[in-house]
Amino acid sequence: MAINKIVGSAEEALAGLTDGATVLVSGFGEAGSPSTLLEAAATMGLRGLTVVSNNAGFGDKGLAALLASGAVDKMVCSYPKTIGSHVFPELYRAGKIQLELVPQGTLSERIRAAGAGVAAFYTRTGSDTPLGDSKEHRQIDGEDHILEYALAGDFALIRGAVADRWGNATYSKSARNYGPTMAAAAKVTVIEVTKVVPLGSIDPEAVVTPGILVDRVLEVTQ
Amino acid sequence: MTESRAGLSSDEMAREVALDLRDGQYVNLGIGLPQLVADHIPLEREVVLHSENGVLGVGGKAEPGFEDWDLVDAGKKPVKLVKGGSYMSHADSFGLIRGKHLDVCVMGAFQVSATGDLANWWTGEDIPGVGGAMDLAKGARSVSVLMRHVANDGALKIVDACTYPLTGRSVVRRIYTNLGIFEPAGDSVIVRGLWKGIELAQVQELTGVPLSVRGDIDLLPRPLT
Repeated sequence: MAINKIVGSAEEALAGLTDGATVLVSGFGEAGSPSTLLEAAATMGLRGLTVVSNNAGFGDKGLAALLASGAVDKMVCSYPKTIGSHVFPELYRAGKIQLELVPQGTLSERIRAAGAGVAAFYTRTGSDTPLGDSKEHRQIDGEDHILEYALAGDFALIRGAVADRWGNATYSKSARNYGPTMAAAAKVTVIEVTKVVPLGSIDPEAVVTPGILVDRVLEVTQ
Repeated sequence: MTESRAGLSSDEMAREVALDLRDGQYVNLGIGLPQLVADHIPLEREVVLHSENGVLGVGGKAEPGFEDWDLVDAGKKPVKLVKGGSYMSHADSFGLIRGKHLDVCVMGAFQVSATGDLANWWTGEDIPGVGGAMDLAKGARSVSVLMRHVANDGALKIVDACTYPLTGRSVVRRIYTNLGIFEPAGDSVIVRGLWKGIELAQVQELTGVPLSVRGDIDLLPRPLT
């Protein structure tokens, strides 16, 4: 068995994640959030992380647990303040965390660009708003565009449904969200799934993230 | 002011938006008030609802007891998927938006100007959050706003120039309120509809830009056509 990306524990899954890393975290709210990996990361005593995720955690679990552990210096996200989130707002108001606010489509496209080898791209989104003020502008086809740079991670922590030992993976419904995009954009991609299956049991037509983009697979109970 | 309420329910307002959606259109409904539009789309029209978190074919709220937290809408509430519905990644979903594949987006607003400028993401206080508003404002082929005509504190919402941070410049095509239906026209807003019992002069008082009349003004509620 030459290729086996399946790991036995969250500790093993997160080996090499160190202070100052940029971590891409999948999920739209709780849907698709790799909560097992995040809660394990919260116990590692990490500091100085930059976390890229759509939101900034809910309640006290998952991403909120990682934030509460003091590991994160900066959030890059599109919608940090949501009903049920208290950890991020408290840190932000206390000046203990930085926020880079990015329009949702620009956020996902910046991550996609990183995974696809595109250094930067021009978009109309946000060009005439405060979020576009400090960006390079260019008129293309008579419309104002701004330059947005690719956003890569040292680690991607994502949540899937089913995976095999090669790392081929599927997702569950709208929990797919950032998973396939982030998988391509990090040096080390770790996917937690609720089921590991033998190689060859996922219909090749149904593979959403091919194994080449995945480094470690962790089976979780929920 | 009492005129700003006009006794209308949110559902009555949402119904007028729904009446303007056409068979075969792909539509994104913003969080909150615009989501009510889904409940009023005439049954014989097949309108496909898109949710920016990667769902095409949203089929309304999940039945109590059948919630699946892997299947949520942009408001992170459990929903159903219609027959023919599909899932996609966030990047693909925003590709649909940015790539001008959506026919209509309906959003709420803090302010809309006579030139169609939209401000709906931040009032400048506390923690900002932008979500997909800027992508939708620039990406949808047509942007409609559904909102109360006047803010709860009495501030006018249809204004000469937005004072809140912009979401997008010159993007709004149509405004649906509890007083009527309007179209930004540059130096004025054109009145396309007025709710029963509402007079033009009343609306002018509650609107920060001149109203203009071009062609017929529909009496609201409109009959189903």
